[in-house]
Amino acid sequence: MNYRPLKSFVIFLALATLAAAQDIASFEKRTTVKKLDNGLTVVICERPEAPVFSFFTHVDAGSVQDPHGETGLAHMFEHMAFKGTDKIGTTNYAAEKVALEKVEQAYAAYIRERDKPVGRDEQKVKELQKAWQDAVAEAEKYVKPNEFPQIVEINGGEDLNANTSDDETNYFYSFPENRLELWAYLESERFLHPVMREFYKERNVVIEERRMRVDSNPIGRLLEQFTTAAFQAHPYHRPTIGWISDLNTFSATDAKNFFDRYYIPSNMVVAVVGDVKASETMPIVEKYFGRIPSRPKPDEYATVEPPQNAERRVVLEEASQPLYLEGYHRPSYLSPDDAIYDAIADLMSEGRTSRLYRALVRDKKIAADSEGFSGLPGNKYPHLFAFYAFPLPGHKPEEMAEAIHVEIERLKKEDISDEELKMIKTRAKANLIRSLGSNEGLASSLALYQTRYDDWRELFRSVDRIDKVSKADIRRVASQTFVPTNRTVGIIETRKPATGAEQGGAQ
Amino acid sequence: MKIHRSFVLLLMIILAGLVPHAASQAADWRQIPIPALSPFHPQEPKRIELPNGMVVFLQEDHELPIIDGTARVRGGSRSEPANKVGLVDIYGEVWRTGGTKSQTGDQLDDYLEIRAAKVETNGGVDSTTITWSCLKGDFDDVFRAFNDVLREPEFRADKLDLAQREMYDSIARRNDDVSQIAARESTKLAYGADNPYAREPEYATVAAVTRQDLVDWHHSHVHPNNIILGIVGDFDSAAMETKLRQAFGDWPKGPPVKEEVIEFHPAKPGYYLIPKEDVNQSSIRMTELGIRRDNPDYYAAQVFNEAFGGGFSSRLFKSIRTAQGLAYGVGAGIGAAFDHPGILRVSMSTKSSTTVQSVQALYKEFDALQTNPISDDEMKRAKDAILNSFVFNFDSPEKVLRERMAYEFYGYPADFLERYRAGIEKVGREDVARAAAKYLHKDKLAVLVIGNTAEFDKPLSSLGPVTQLDISIPPPPGESPNKPSASNP
Repeated sequence: MNYRPLKSFVIFLALATLAAAQDIASFEKRTTVKKLDNGLTVVICERPEAPVFSFFTHVDAGSVQDPHGETGLAHMFEHMAFKGTDKIGTTNYAAEKVALEKVEQAYAAYIRERDKPVGRDEQKVKELQKAWQDAVAEAEKYVKPNEFPQIVEINGGEDLNANTSDDETNYFYSFPENRLELWAYLESERFLHPVMREFYKERNVVIEERRMRVDSNPIGRLLEQFTTAAFQAHPYHRPTIGWISDLNTFSATDAKNFFDRYYIPSNMVVAVVGDVKASETMPIVEKYFGRIPSRPKPDEYATVEPPQNAERRVVLEEASQPLYLEGYHRPSYLSPDDAIYDAIADLMSEGRTSRLYRALVRDKKIAADSEGFSGLPGNKYPHLFAFYAFPLPGHKPEEMAEAIHVEIERLKKEDISDEELKMIKTRAKANLIRSLGSNEGLASSLALYQTRYDDWRELFRSVDRIDKVSKADIRRVASQTFVPTNRTVGIIETRKPATGAEQGGAQ
Repeated sequence: MKIHRSFVLLLMIILAGLVPHAASQAADWRQIPIPALSPFHPQEPKRIELPNGMVVFLQEDHELPIIDGTARVRGGSRSEPANKVGLVDIYGEVWRTGGTKSQTGDQLDDYLEIRAAKVETNGGVDSTTITWSCLKGDFDDVFRAFNDVLREPEFRADKLDLAQREMYDSIARRNDDVSQIAARESTKLAYGADNPYAREPEYATVAAVTRQDLVDWHHSHVHPNNIILGIVGDFDSAAMETKLRQAFGDWPKGPPVKEEVIEFHPAKPGYYLIPKEDVNQSSIRMTELGIRRDNPDYYAAQVFNEAFGGGFSSRLFKSIRTAQGLAYGVGAGIGAAFDHPGILRVSMSTKSSTTVQSVQALYKEFDALQTNPISDDEMKRAKDAILNSFVFNFDSPEKVLRERMAYEFYGYPADFLERYRAGIEKVGREDVARAAAKYLHKDKLAVLVIGNTAEFDKPLSSLGPVTQLDISIPPPPGESPNKPSASNP
């Protein structure tokens, strides 16, 4: 069978450009944005493919905003946003409110004594701890457990969840279209009258989440140490899940204070996508979300990470197979070079034509997998462009470093080929088109781009920016960024098994 | 117009000042009107059976300029020889990477990536698949490549070598992640360690796979009468049908795929322990044999799963996570598969110092099913959750196509989804109680615990006799077992 020669892709490129242009025009017609009087932004996109809709509530605050000594608080609040309101999740809110206030008083007294560096009375600590736990038990009498998520579920809610990152917090699910008003009520009440019930039980759930994601997982352990080493001044230094001592200390009052400060309408974008009409939906959204009182915008200052001037290394000895990771500081997503980093990530990582696959996996046969990517640990602030490789059995992390550095030097010294540049640009367009086919994906993207650029259209323009990337841009950015003094290295080495009784501990 | 609008605005401000703000809104979620869901008849794909036995489904979807296709070929790893476990995994990779008679796999990569298109192959447990995805303007180019890989693969030796190296790597890494160990070992307990759905590739079985094995597998399975092809996207069905008849018209029938009968030998009930020193959280997995989807109890089991171990409002979530704070992840369900028994699983993870306490907390929930069976209220909530979210089973043409292809593959009725809705509606409280009693038995479960035994609240043996499982990885043939790269206890 014969194929067209490799280089006859010109027709294809013309087609892809046309497709992207059509998309932005079609989305202009069915996308409506409104900033409510209280400052909350609503994006509605009509996509009447099936009688359902999805939403994303994007809150522009994440673990970067965790107060000092309260790491993990943004994520903790996210869990609390499933606990209901003054009307949902309670049998008697007036009584519960009083009981919850007593819990906070008892907890504060307990923590005060527990954390006394000098003159702590252990007996008193125990009594105060018991008093706090008794108060918790008293408050629980009024709880209707999980009523909030239960209402969502029995009404057909799908993929109900939320996530917290360093940069932001997202809440989302999908509903049948006849539940639009119910959704508007539930989602606005959640951020109008949140109640910090069952806080300390939920804190234990979060600690289990930490044990699962970080403490009991070698790669989780490496990532935490690595990120902490790479950032010394900026809050990216701190893990989103929180340090264990902070998790064992912060209070429901702290969580409520965090909410009051950051969950303000001007910090929130709500995107709704699906079988909805903007003309009918916007008034409903406005009626419910318009009730959230506007508050002054919080201080947005975050300590700026100073330039790194020496390589940093984190080496973990683990009873697991080796891993090599390295990261270089790069500017935030707002940098004019952002699209150039995207192009480099695509060139190095995307599929079996990528440079790292071909060099480390196919040709040198030293790695099972290798990629380079931006966004570690977030991308709203200056962050890392990272490379990793999983060594094949018998190969060492140092070989990965060497092979990755050979590819990095190529980026600096040689122009990439015409074919590679075209591949990157074509793929950016095709990937955008592929991302437009689901309500959830669209709601997530529209909310994100509206938040980050104050204009959802940037989702489409990001492709135009990649289209402008030149060979010289790639050499320039690679030369600026990928230098040894700007590098943090993270390695998992396989610990030699102790002779003999490794399998001990039989019961 | 402008005047009118600001007048309305003014009026609203005045009213807002006079009327209590909440008056226009519901104070209780139950007061919010829920109109009937507009009638929705998802578009069914067009089914065509070619003279050579290939079944084709065409599902037009003109929203985006994309055309995607999947061919599912009967036969998978459950019928590979026991001394070559991993063969179908390797086949599923080298089918594509090994290229075709006219193009190497690397040349195909270049050819497709320049079009931002994909042709990929994959090995599964009961079938293998070959898929493509392309922008519609590239359909002819990409379909030609797809057809070439489908019918003229070359399985070049260098890519077999590469695939084997990757398999060795995944064998070496299989004990690095607790959740992976838990999934693998609990499946072995549920089905039996040597069962074709549970067994794992080893260095020796991967090394035993030859290029000829891949060629033979292809020639014994990839015949049009063993294939179901589904296409979704921006095309015209009539034109597509013509193209397909042209492309596949000359392809003769071949022998049908033979499937052996598979037996299930669950492990003895009791406690199974895998000590792991580098964790501070125990993974608990309880299993017994589940059911098939064509079991009349399937619907009652689905309602039970939702009420007992499904979402945020299930009993286990409420008790183990919310009320006791013992776990982040907890869940349970009577698993159902299309053509063999699924696995009944109960899973949770908890800190080392509450390991035995958590096993007992789960037991308490099993016991409560007798004394305090799933109530009318719990059942109604579970049924509402399933029925009100039913529309999400077919909210895209691609999902409808995927379901139809699965029913065709397993010989289920085309309207299985409709029957499912009706089946759920009919479930009563007694049905749920019966399903729970029939499939979940506290004393028949194989209970697996992976954790740091030194930190346990009590020894696991305080609950009953414990069998310790050895998960150390057998070294490659000819290597000593102490080589660090080969094993991770």
